[in-house]
Amino acid sequence: MASKLTRSNKAGWLMALPGTALIATFIILPFFLAFAFSLTNQRLASPNPTEYVGFENYSGLLGLAIFTLEPERDDTGAVLRDEDGEIEYPRLRNFTRNNPDYPNLQGKREWFSWQSGENRTVILASDVVFMKSLVNTVLFVLVVAPVQAAFALGLALLINQKLRGISIFRAIYFMPVVVSIVVVSLLWRFIYSPGDGLLNNMLMWLSFGLFEPRDWLGTTSSALPSIMAMSIWQGVGFHMVIWLAGLQTISPTLYEAAEIEGARKWQTFRYVTWPGLRNTAVLILIVITMQAFALFAQIDVMTGGGPLDSTQVLVFQAVERGYERNDIAGGSTISVLLFLIVLSISLIQRYLTRERS
Amino acid sequence: MALVSQDNRGLRLAPRYAVLILVAIMFIFPLLFMAMSSLKPDQQLLNDTNSLRAFLPVGDISLQNYTDAFDRAPIGVFVFNSVLVTGATVLLTLFVCSLAAFSFVFLDWRGKEIIFSILLATLIIPYETIFIPLLLMASQLPWIGTDGLEVGWLNTYRVQIIPFIADGLSIFLFVQYFRDLPRELIEASRVEGASWWMIYRKVVMPLSGPVIATTAILKFLFMYNQYLWPLMVVQEEAIRPVMVGLGYFTDQLNVPWGEVMAYLTIITVPVLAFYLSLQRVFISSVASTGVKG
Repeated sequence: MASKLTRSNKAGWLMALPGTALIATFIILPFFLAFAFSLTNQRLASPNPTEYVGFENYSGLLGLAIFTLEPERDDTGAVLRDEDGEIEYPRLRNFTRNNPDYPNLQGKREWFSWQSGENRTVILASDVVFMKSLVNTVLFVLVVAPVQAAFALGLALLINQKLRGISIFRAIYFMPVVVSIVVVSLLWRFIYSPGDGLLNNMLMWLSFGLFEPRDWLGTTSSALPSIMAMSIWQGVGFHMVIWLAGLQTISPTLYEAAEIEGARKWQTFRYVTWPGLRNTAVLILIVITMQAFALFAQIDVMTGGGPLDSTQVLVFQAVERGYERNDIAGGSTISVLLFLIVLSISLIQRYLTRERS
Repeated sequence: MALVSQDNRGLRLAPRYAVLILVAIMFIFPLLFMAMSSLKPDQQLLNDTNSLRAFLPVGDISLQNYTDAFDRAPIGVFVFNSVLVTGATVLLTLFVCSLAAFSFVFLDWRGKEIIFSILLATLIIPYETIFIPLLLMASQLPWIGTDGLEVGWLNTYRVQIIPFIADGLSIFLFVQYFRDLPRELIEASRVEGASWWMIYRKVVMPLSGPVIATTAILKFLFMYNQYLWPLMVVQEEAIRPVMVGLGYFTDQLNVPWGEVMAYLTIITVPVLAFYLSLQRVFISSVASTGVKG
């Protein structure tokens, strides 16, 4: 049989060796090293020997506590208020700094708080910046993945028409994909300039002067959404092409049948196109999610994590520690957490979109 | 009658084209703005943002920004470095990954299935999650150079090239393609006594144009646009790639926007031209990453 002709342990090994060894050394090994380093105090260069520290790095990042502050009261038990009528509370740091009664609060800082009756409930975090970066990253993915996938599908449907010159439009829509995200980020940093910036001017013109110019990247509420919009603009062509490949696998006879049956446009999409795109949809969601979690260049070029940490994200934090502060252990810990999140989300997506038999 | 239906057709198509053009404008305006602004002095560049002049080559047009940009930064060096690193990696990827895929598809050897599935599993690992430990590795890896054994890969070309030669996706693309090649062809050559190496070189690779183009384009885009990794491992100006070289312009107190636009144009337009001349191949390459997940 053929197996005799193709069996060749030595040649097979030799030919697969370079690729396999390179992947083992530069992808698999660092992957496991990340786990290992996250349990130590490894630094990029240090005179002291590296030590095993258990899950200290993880608790240093993920530590949370909830704490209720009760108002300050005078001798009669009445609530004390300041000149503005605001309730006065004891200072939080009385509890978080060397207070033997509250060991679980030691070293933590206020992340956010809310008022409930006379009391104020405070959520404290061991690492507030990390928590913000985690929330921002998840927010980024939750917005970008579905919106970008939907826009990409819209574009794919638009470009899937049989029109003269359609390939020119397809080429244009895809163009930002081949441009470096660094270049795109810098361009958009200029477009988003405050005051007399290009985007402000365009919106003023489109709204006949009604639009109030704003500092897109310098305002905490608009910085992250601005980066989301730009990221979608850059990446949408990539996923348009993948949708398009999916669209072209749907048999034309199905569309003919739908036309004969007198199906409306929407019905055709709902009952012919969409079912045929199922696998593509799963793939696109996973790909966008993985790409979105890895965002870094946009932040580095456009905001540096600011203003007020409103655009801090996980990879930026990992680099900040691992590279800027030479804290390989801290950077590795964030990398491990990032990987675990990406992995679980893609498993969940696969599960939710599994073939139902 | 014919005339009427022609008109109808034109009318029916007009809104479709209007939508297509509107969307096209949204994708093209930042790049157009970049190219036009690179020709204008800073003051005019800023003033022009309040009108359509921003997208037109009007006013005080010159190549001054380009000469200034070349004076400010060693752009030639950066471009050379990027071309060298990208070119070397693409060539090595094509060789190493196709060779491995050849072995996985056409040869039988012990442990093949398990190794292949491990390689496939690495597709789920984003590079961003391994860069930090890789940074430490790079600072301590040995290398045998002209001066004998040395330690440390930081600030070298090799640290920008070697870790990216082999990856799961490139091997997978070759495997997919090789599986569709007629097996009889390989077996016939084998019967005739050709060595595996000869079959790889003379039979399989000459038939693999499309997958070579796909892999090369994907690797090219990834390598040329790399930012985070060279940012961390390359401090020396002499071996910096173009994306990291941007810091020369943006780390200023007053960003010289005209020069920035000139630099962005220099590093972007060749890629765009390359893309537009081969756009079908580029697009089908990207689409092929989505054929099977």
